[in-house]
Amino acid sequence: MQPQRLPAGGRIDRSKPISFRFDGRKLEGYAGDTLASALLANGVSIVGRSFKLRRPRGIVGSGAEEPNAIMQIGKGAHAQPNLRATQVELYNGLVARTTKGWPGARFDIGAINDLFGKVFSAGFYYKTFMRPKSWWRLYERIIRASAGFGRAPTEKDPDRYEHRNAHCDVLVAGGGPAGLAAALVAGQAGARVILADAQNEFGGSLLGTKHSIGDARADEWIARTVEQLAALDNVTLLPRSTVFGYYDHNFLAIAERCTDHLPEEERTGVRQRLWRVRAKQVVLAQGAFERPLAFCNNDRPGVMLASAVSRYIRRYAVRPGKRAVVFTNNDSAYETAIDLAEAGAAVVIVDSRMGGAGSVAERAANAGISMLTGHIVTDVVGRRRVRGVRVAGWSGNPSYLVESSIRIECDLLAMSGGWSPAVHLHSQAGGSNEWDTDRLCFVPGAATQANVSAGACNGMWSLRDCLREGMESGRAAASRCGFDAADVDLPTTRQGHDNPPQPLWRVPADAEPERCPKQFLDFQNDTSVADIRLAVREGYRNVEHVKRYTALGFGTDQGKLGNIIGMAVLAECLGKSIPEVGTTTFRPAFTPVSFGVGAGENVGDLYDPVRKTAIHEWHVAAGAPMENVGQWHRPWYFPRDGEDLHAAVARECLAARQSLGIMDASTLGKIDARGRDVVEFLERVYTHNVGKMKVGRCAYGIMLGEDGMVLDDGVMARLGEEHFYLTTTTGGAANVLAWLESWLQTEWPELEVFLTSLTDHFSTIAVVGPNSRKVLEKVGCSIDLGKDGFPFMTVKEAELGGYPVQLFRVSFSGELAFEINIDSGYALAMWETVMAAGEEYGITPYGTESMHVLRAEKGFVIVGQDTDGSVTPVDLGMNWLLSKDKDYLGKRSLARPDCVRSDRKQLVGLLSSDNSTVLPEGTQLVEVPDAPVPVPMCGHVTSSYMSACLGHPIALALVAGGRVRKGETVYAAMPGREPLPVTIAAPVFYDPKGERQHV
Amino acid sequence: MLLIECPWCGERAETEFSYGGEAGIARPADPDALGDAEWADYLFNRSNPRGAHRELWNHAQGCRRWFGVERDTVTYRISGSFRLSGGVGKRED
Amino acid sequence: MKKYSAFSLVRNAISHNRRWREAWRSPEPRPEYDAIIVGGGGHGLATAYYLAKEHGVRNVAVLEKGWIGGGNTGRNTTIVRSNYLWTEASLLYEHSMKLWEGLSQDLNYNVMFSQRGVYNLGHTLQDMRDIERRVNANRLNGIDAEVVSAEQIRKDIPFINTSPDARYPILGASLQRRAGVARHDAVAWGFARAADKLGVDIIEQCEVTAINRDGGTVTGVETTRGTIRSPKVGVVVAGNASVLAAMAGLRLPIESHPLQALVSEPLKPVIDTVIMSNAVHGYISQSDKGELVIGAGIDAYNGYGQRGSFPTIEHTMQAIIELFPVLSRVRMLRQWGGIVDVCPDACPIISKTPVGGLYFNCGWGTGGFKATPGSGWVFAHTIAQDRPHELNAPFDLERFTTGALIDEHGAAAVAH
Repeated sequence: MQPQRLPAGGRIDRSKPISFRFDGRKLEGYAGDTLASALLANGVSIVGRSFKLRRPRGIVGSGAEEPNAIMQIGKGAHAQPNLRATQVELYNGLVARTTKGWPGARFDIGAINDLFGKVFSAGFYYKTFMRPKSWWRLYERIIRASAGFGRAPTEKDPDRYEHRNAHCDVLVAGGGPAGLAAALVAGQAGARVILADAQNEFGGSLLGTKHSIGDARADEWIARTVEQLAALDNVTLLPRSTVFGYYDHNFLAIAERCTDHLPEEERTGVRQRLWRVRAKQVVLAQGAFERPLAFCNNDRPGVMLASAVSRYIRRYAVRPGKRAVVFTNNDSAYETAIDLAEAGAAVVIVDSRMGGAGSVAERAANAGISMLTGHIVTDVVGRRRVRGVRVAGWSGNPSYLVESSIRIECDLLAMSGGWSPAVHLHSQAGGSNEWDTDRLCFVPGAATQANVSAGACNGMWSLRDCLREGMESGRAAASRCGFDAADVDLPTTRQGHDNPPQPLWRVPADAEPERCPKQFLDFQNDTSVADIRLAVREGYRNVEHVKRYTALGFGTDQGKLGNIIGMAVLAECLGKSIPEVGTTTFRPAFTPVSFGVGAGENVGDLYDPVRKTAIHEWHVAAGAPMENVGQWHRPWYFPRDGEDLHAAVARECLAARQSLGIMDASTLGKIDARGRDVVEFLERVYTHNVGKMKVGRCAYGIMLGEDGMVLDDGVMARLGEEHFYLTTTTGGAANVLAWLESWLQTEWPELEVFLTSLTDHFSTIAVVGPNSRKVLEKVGCSIDLGKDGFPFMTVKEAELGGYPVQLFRVSFSGELAFEINIDSGYALAMWETVMAAGEEYGITPYGTESMHVLRAEKGFVIVGQDTDGSVTPVDLGMNWLLSKDKDYLGKRSLARPDCVRSDRKQLVGLLSSDNSTVLPEGTQLVEVPDAPVPVPMCGHVTSSYMSACLGHPIALALVAGGRVRKGETVYAAMPGREPLPVTIAAPVFYDPKGERQHV
Repeated sequence: MLLIECPWCGERAETEFSYGGEAGIARPADPDALGDAEWADYLFNRSNPRGAHRELWNHAQGCRRWFGVERDTVTYRISGSFRLSGGVGKRED
Repeated sequence: MKKYSAFSLVRNAISHNRRWREAWRSPEPRPEYDAIIVGGGGHGLATAYYLAKEHGVRNVAVLEKGWIGGGNTGRNTTIVRSNYLWTEASLLYEHSMKLWEGLSQDLNYNVMFSQRGVYNLGHTLQDMRDIERRVNANRLNGIDAEVVSAEQIRKDIPFINTSPDARYPILGASLQRRAGVARHDAVAWGFARAADKLGVDIIEQCEVTAINRDGGTVTGVETTRGTIRSPKVGVVVAGNASVLAAMAGLRLPIESHPLQALVSEPLKPVIDTVIMSNAVHGYISQSDKGELVIGAGIDAYNGYGQRGSFPTIEHTMQAIIELFPVLSRVRMLRQWGGIVDVCPDACPIISKTPVGGLYFNCGWGTGGFKATPGSGWVFAHTIAQDRPHELNAPFDLERFTTGALIDEHGAAAVAH
C-alpha cells in the first residue's frame, strides 16, 4: 500500500493507520506521519507547481523551509489554505489538495510557461503590458488568474482563538538538543521557564536519530529530559508552538496550535492560542536550515535536501528513493548517504571537495557507498521525476565550465549546500549577523536585547556543542535572573571529525547560467541564478533591489531555503564578499500565523464591546433601532405600528413640542470637578467667565483646542464654590477627561483640582415639553419646580418619586425641560415611573434622531456634525461665549490671520426654495449653479431635517461669510439633480426669542 | 511592545499607556504677547529628534498619571522615567 | 537606453537576456549640480524626473543614503486615490491621479497602475454624512466619486460582512472607480530609469550630513561621499524631514511615527478592489500575486525604527476579521513598518523655506505614495521657478503661522 515505507523503524505508530485524501485520491499513512511523509510513503512525486513557470515540483524539505508542497487542507469553514505538507500532522479524514496548476498539479496547462522561461525573466512584467494602455485591465486579469496558492474559506471561521499573557525568566525558543538542555538547566535552577517548539514533540533534530547521549539513546534522552521538565512547576512546555515574532523590550509572540492536528470531529475548545510573552532572558535554539545547491534543474521532483531525506528515513520510516545520489559540499550529507544505504538504497556520494569528508567518510565506505570526490552534479535528467544526474569532475574554480560529464541513473538526489543558522529571531530582535568564513554561514552577532543563541542556531553543528551551548546559555540566562544553576556534566556524545565545507553556491555547468537550464535559488518564485545576474546587469545591485526585482525570498518560506545561496550568487556577480552584500531584513512572522490567532478573542461581540445605558433593555423592548454613537448604542427612534424613521420622528418631535417627550441622555460625558483651584482651572479651559457663575447655576460652555477650533461643548453647572459638574459630548467624553487631566498634570500641577468621571455612575433622563413640569410634580418632587422656584439654567438636589436626584432645568430642545441625573442603579425605575406618570400626557420616548431635529430647530450645534476640526466659535456665532478679560486655551489662535477672515465658513440656516426638499446632509453649496468644473464651493449642509412643527425642511450649513448673507440665495448641488436654490437664514428656526424654555 | 515604567505603578505593558508627545513644551505665559510665528512654533513645531527623546506618557489604564520618559526613537530603548512637578509647564523636574 | 516592450523581451530572450542595459547608472557624484534632490524615494526621483522633463533642469543629482525606493516607497500598501475632502487637497491628488493614468507609458516602465476602485466604508450615520460631503465635493471638483449603498457593497465585494448586526455595520461607502493600486517598487525604478535617461545622476549610498549655507542661502550639501555644491536643494525625505530641517536650523510641524503593514500568504483572488475603513481601522487589497496587502494603524509614539508594536498588528487583524470574517484562517506572512512624517492637518508641506534655495517636501504622513507623481511634479516646479505652482501654494509652511490649515484630519470628525 505504501510503496516507499520501510518495514521497520521510525517514530510512527504502525498500529494506527490513518486514511486521508490527496487531490481526491484515498491514501493511507500512520499516526506520527506528516502529510509530507505520508505522501512520500505513497510514492507521490508531484505535489505542486511553481509560481511563474509552473514547473512540476516535489517535496524538497521536511519543515518550515519547504517551498513546494503548499496545500489546501480541509474543506468548507474549516479549510486552511497554504499549509506546508511538511508541517501538517496527519489525521484521520484529512483532505489535502494541491494549490497550483490547472487542471491539477500532475498535469498543468500552465506548464507551457516553462517553454518561454527566458521571456519570463526577472521583472519581465515591468517591461511590457504597457500598450495599448487600455489593455492593462485585460493583461492584469490574465496575471491575476494565476495568482495565489490556496483559497480563503468562504464561510465564517467557526473556531475560537485566545490570547494569553505570560511573564517568564527564560523563554527558550526551540526544543531540540540545545533548547532542551537550556530549559532543563534554567528550570532546575528555579527560573520560570517557557519552552516552545514548533513540532508536535520535543527533540528537534534528534528525533529518530541513532545518536547516543551519555548512556542513553537519543529518544530515551529526550523522553527523560521532557519528563524532568514536566515535573518542574516553574516550567511551561509548549509543543506545537512557534515563536514567530521577537519585538521590542523582550516581548515575544508565540502561536500555539491546539487542535489543528486532530480530526475535525474531535476538535473542541480553542483552536490556536497566542502567547504574548515578556521574557527577562531569551535563549534562541531554533536550529539551522540546510541549503540547496544551484545546479541545473535542481528543482525536479526527487531532488531533496539531504537532511530531509534523513529525517524521512529515520523519523518516518520512509525511503524517498531507491537509487540515490548525494551531492554535497560538506560532511553532514554523508550521514544521509549512510541512512539511505541502511534503508536499502543504492547510494553514490558526489562531493565537490577534492579531499572529501572527515571521519564520516570511513563509515560511509563501510556502508558500501561509493564516493566521487572533487565532483559536482551539473544537471538533472528527468522532468516529472529525477531519472538521473550528470556528474563532472571539478577543481574548485567557480568560473570553470564543465566540458564533459557522466550520467548516473538515480531516482533521488539528496543535496546539501551547507547549513544556515536560523538567525531570524535574533535579527528580528535587532541583533546583527556576522559571516563566518569557516562555517560558511551567517552566525548571530551582538544581540541588542536580552537574548543569546545556542546550538545550531548559533552555528554549532555537533551534538556535543549543541548540548554544551544549551546548558551554558540556560545557566547564564537563569543566573542573570538571579538563579544559580548547579554544575551539570556534559554527557558524552560521539564526536566526529569534520572537514570544512567548501564555498559552492552556483554549481558550474556546461554553459553560462543564461544558456544552461535554470539553476534555481528560490523554488517557489522561480528565481534562478540567471535572474540574479540579470538584475545586476540591469543595475539592481543592492540586495534589497535584487530581492524585490527577482522576488528572491518573497515566497511563503520567506527565503528560508534560498536566500543565503541567492545572496552568495549575488556576491559572486558583484565581485563582493557575502557579508559585503549583506542580508535582507528579517521580519516577523518566522512562519505564517493566522489572522484569527492574532485577533484572539477580540472579534464579533468582543470587538470593541458596546456600551449600553442602564435603560438600554427598555429601549430594545420598545423596538427602537440603535445608532452607534462613539462606543454607545443609543436608541435612534421608537417606531410604532410600522412607522418608518420619518413618521416616527415627526410624531416624537410634535409630542415633545406639544406635550411631553422623554429621552435617555445617559451617554453624555459627565465629569465631577472640584478642588481649591477649580474655578481658575475651568477659566483656563472654558471660553466663558466661569467665576461669575453663581452656585446652583448652569451654563453652556465650549472648549477649544489650542488651535482655536471647537473641541467639545456641553452644559456645566456650579454645584458649590469649589465644585462643578461638567458634561461633554457622548463621543468626546473620554478624550475630554484625558485632555483636561493632561493640562492639570503636565502644565498646571500647581492647581489643586480633582476630576472624576461620572458618566457610568449617573444616568440622565431628559423630560421635555410643556407638560414636563406637571409630570414631575405628579411623580412627586421634594422641591418647588415652579418658574421662580427653579428657574431655567439652574440645578438642584431633590427627591423625585422617592429617589435622590440631581435635577437640571436645562433644555436641548428649546422647550420647558428637566434633566434628571440619577444613580444608574435607579435609572430604569425612574424612567418607568415617569413613563407611567406621563401616560395621561401622551408621554413619548424619543431617540437621537428627534433630539437632532429638536435642537436643529433651535440652531443648537452638534460638535462633530455641524463642526469639524476647522470650525472656530466665531464661525458658529458664539462670540458671546468668548470672554475678553481672560486667557483660555485656544484664544491666541483665534487672532491668527486666517481665523479673522470675514469669508470663513460660518454657521447659518438654510431654507429650500421649494419648501419641500430635505437637503441631503453633506450637500455642497455653490454660488453659480452652472459653473465649469472645478466648481468653487461656498459651503456645505451639516444638518438637515423635515421639521414637523414648522411644516417645512430646515438645514444648518457652514457658508463662506454666511452670517452677513441672510436672505441671499445659493445653490445646493446634488448629484443627478438640478441645483436647488436655497435661502440663507438665521440658524434659529423655532422660537427665536427662546420664550418656551423659560416658562 | 514597549515596557514602560510608570513612576508610581512600576513596569507595565505599553497597552496600558497613552502617549502625549514631546515633553518640555511649556505653554507661553502670555500668549497675546507672542507673534503669530512664535505662537505657531509653540503650537505645531516639534523637535522630533532621531535619537534621545523626552516624552510624555499617561498611565491611562492604571493610575491615570502623566509622567515623562526618556526613550531613543531609533532603538526604542528607554533610559528612564521621571515624574513631572513644579508647575513649570510640560517639563520635568 | 533601450525601450521596453514585448518585442524587446523576446529579442533579449533570444540572446539569453545578456544584452539588457542597466536601468540607471551608478555615477560618482560631481562637485556641483544645478539642483540637488535629497532623498531617493518615489517623490525625490519623480521630482528629478520632472525637473529634467518639464523644466529642462537636467544637471540634477538625487542623493540617497541607502538604496532608492527603500523607505516608504517600498513599504506602503500602494493605494492610489484622489477623493480628498478639501479642494486644495483633492486638486493636488487629482493632478497626481492624472499623471498615474499615463505613467507607465510616460516612463516606459510598467508601474502596474490598476484602477480597481477604492471603497471608503461608512459605519455610522456621521460617517455617511462625511461621505456625502466628500463625494459631493469631489464631483464638483471633477473627481469621479459616488456613494454606494450597503446593498451595492454586498454585490460588489463578496464575503464582506454587511450584516446589520455587525458591531459597526456597513451603512454605505464612497467609491472612486479610478482609484486603485500600483506596484510600489516599480514606481521608484521607473522614475529612476526615466530620470537617468534625461541626465539625472542617481547617487545611492550617499548620506547628506550637513546643509551648507552662506548667509540665508543654500550653497550645497556635505555628504558621506564629499561636498556637493548647488544653488538649489530640495529635501524630500519623509520620516527624516525633521532631521534634515535641523541641519538647516529649521523646525517643522512634523512628528515621525511608525506605520505598520502586513501581507498574507498568496491566495487565489478573493478581493479585486481596495477597501478602507476608518471606524474599523484597516485597509485591504489583494496584489496581483495573491497576497492580501493590509494597512495597520499608526503607532502612537515617535519612532524612526521602521517597526512598531505588535498590539497594532493585533488590532488590524481584528479589524480585518470584523470586515471579512472569512479571512480569519488566512495567515499573515510578513509584517513590517515604515516611518511616516505626520503633519497636524494631515496634509503635506511642499514649500520654500526661510533659507533661500532650500525647499522641503514632507508631511505626507500615511498617504504619500498615491501622490508620488504629482508631488514630484509640483515640487519640481517649485524648485525650478523658485515659487510654488498654484496646486501646491496652499501647502506652504506659512499656513501653520496664519492658521490656514487644510484639515483633512478634521474631515474625519471625532466628537459627536
